[in-house]
Amino acid sequence: MRRHRLAAAGGAALVAVSALAGCGSGGGGVTINVYKYPQENFQKIVDRCNEQADGYQIVYHKLPREADGQREQMVRRLAAEDSGMDVLALDVTWTAELAKAGWIKEFTGSAKSQVENGTLETPLDTARYEGRLYGAPDNTNVQLLWYRSDLVPTPPKTWDEMIKMGTDLKNQGKPGLVEAQGKQYEGLVVLFNTLVNSAGGQILDENGTKAIIDDKAVEALEVLKKFATSPVADPSFSNFAEDDARLAMENGKAAFMLNWPYVYAAAQKKPEFAPNFKWAPYPSVNGDDAKVTVGGINYAVSAFTRHSEQSFDAVMCLRSAESQKFAAINDGVPPTIESVYDDPEMAKPYPMKEAILETLKGASVRPRTPAYQNVSTVISTILSPPGSIDPKATADRLRQELQDALDSKGVLP
Amino acid sequence: MSHALTTETKEPKLSPKARAALSEGKKAERRLGLLLCAPAIIVMAAVAGWPIIYSIWLSLQRYDLKFPDRQEFVGLDNYVTVLSNSYWWNALWITVVITVVSVVIELVLGMVLALIMHRTLVGRGIVRTSSLIPYGIVTVVAAFSWRYAWTPGTGYLAEIVAGGEPVLTEKIPAVMVVILAEIWKTTPFMALLLMAGLALVPDDLLKAAAMDGANAWQRFTKVMVPVMKPAILVALLFRTLDAFRIFDNLFVLTGGSQGTSSVSMITYNNLIKGLNLGIGSTMSVLIFIAVAIIAFVFIKLFGTAAPGSDNGGRR
Repeated sequence: MRRHRLAAAGGAALVAVSALAGCGSGGGGVTINVYKYPQENFQKIVDRCNEQADGYQIVYHKLPREADGQREQMVRRLAAEDSGMDVLALDVTWTAELAKAGWIKEFTGSAKSQVENGTLETPLDTARYEGRLYGAPDNTNVQLLWYRSDLVPTPPKTWDEMIKMGTDLKNQGKPGLVEAQGKQYEGLVVLFNTLVNSAGGQILDENGTKAIIDDKAVEALEVLKKFATSPVADPSFSNFAEDDARLAMENGKAAFMLNWPYVYAAAQKKPEFAPNFKWAPYPSVNGDDAKVTVGGINYAVSAFTRHSEQSFDAVMCLRSAESQKFAAINDGVPPTIESVYDDPEMAKPYPMKEAILETLKGASVRPRTPAYQNVSTVISTILSPPGSIDPKATADRLRQELQDALDSKGVLP
Repeated sequence: MSHALTTETKEPKLSPKARAALSEGKKAERRLGLLLCAPAIIVMAAVAGWPIIYSIWLSLQRYDLKFPDRQEFVGLDNYVTVLSNSYWWNALWITVVITVVSVVIELVLGMVLALIMHRTLVGRGIVRTSSLIPYGIVTVVAAFSWRYAWTPGTGYLAEIVAGGEPVLTEKIPAVMVVILAEIWKTTPFMALLLMAGLALVPDDLLKAAAMDGANAWQRFTKVMVPVMKPAILVALLFRTLDAFRIFDNLFVLTGGSQGTSSVSMITYNNLIKGLNLGIGSTMSVLIFIAVAIIAFVFIKLFGTAAPGSDNGGRR
């Protein structure tokens, strides 16, 4: 009896082991496990790539919805050298960290030239670290200024103009608020990075080893403070993320909004609101063009994959011009291959594509350092709530705590 | 308990000499006892002892997964970094506030609940079961419903109590909500432990006190509480340690933003989010020490009342 039971247990364990091994290569062929955030129509892209795939099958695994959760799952498994992940969809800010830790493979040879050929320079730049290419840009993103053309005939060029226009509207009893992201999270870091770069400054130096935060950053902090304490900032500005801002704008509280292009597709569902919902370049700090922070997703290949060749091959299909066009039209994410913008099918669902292309060309990237998570946490913690910024003192504190974070001496709040 | 106390006084104390002159049978029995304990000790050493030693070792190093080539032994540098950092002290302060406030309120509420459950004549089973429901719900699930309840738009509490204000995005209100969720969640546990203590109070003792003219309050403070002391100690100790390590409630409710991180939360942030094994391990070691101090103080403070501290249990 006892022996029987042991045998049964052993058998169960064997089944479990073989089932686990099956994750690596199921159905006789090779399985390429792609880990990506939940993207509504991504499975269709995967299906199409599987039809073309030669000797392997792509399986789409959904990561958590929030960026922090996505990163946590991936870095935890990469730190444990998990070979079950092959292709990873990385936020543009994670490249340096994963490359430095030796967790993702470099793109070389034909893979490299295929990625570089025809891809816009700014998104491509986010996939590079120390002169090497570690990712293949899948989609990119830049914020635009969205406004209501029934309230504002010509969109403002600078922050000062925008605040003044909003105030005038409010004084006339019209909706004049400016919606933006001021909550203690990555969105606030994006806003700050845009302001600092637009003012001509930098958060970190080129190597990502030294915190700069000079007079230009103080100028940016002054703009942020002025805006946060002005009557045109939404009372909930310091708690607002992208979608909160979008909803407030759609509900008629605001005349302006700084947000990603996905808001356009969302607005089309509101027929009374959509016709007057227009876009313009992001307002500048001092009259020059704004240097808007670039966002987006790059595909990387895990350093621990057992199917390197097939993984790179899968990446090429997942990010091909055809896939990007499909994702742009169906999921609203801006492509990274320049020719996709010229595709005639893009004209209707993407009328703001010229503005996106134009903004992308002068866009800025977020600090490039393996310690980006710490840098981001420090910035959003210190700047929150934006209304209580004291430009000079806040800049000093930022410089000090950012330097500590870069030296991995600091404590993450 | 009274049983344990009387046996203690009656039991003849073993002198060192008597202990040395154990009979062969006693020795064999002792060997067997050690042998039987060995598997448990080995497992404990493997699953608890080794990780503790390893994190102490990690805490003495500069070990950041993001910078694999910058790894080195730094002695106590990490402790200096953590102990001189305002985020750490803020987290410790928040943790202490949550612990003290929630445990004190839970003790009072738990005692009231225990007395009610103890005295209930009708539907005792139903009363006990229903009061235990909050404790039976998974903390994360409960925390989510609290979060939604306090979020404007989706939640009734935010609309009715807070007037549409997002309370979870401000430090002090958020901490109050966290404490409330903790109390709601674990008061039943407290009540359960205290009820077990109440069952130890002999009815005769209460009747005798009543005969002597003690009123209800006097019977409670002079008779019940002293007899219940070990049960109260256990309840307080368990809850204090639990509350000090608070993580799940906070993780869901505030995620540690606006300076509401507890020590466990900030450790998680540094260890898992920040991938800084050195600093993160330093924090875990500090938490370990704090927990040890709490346990030590409780046992010392309540001295003889601690379970197992009398000779009654040790034969």
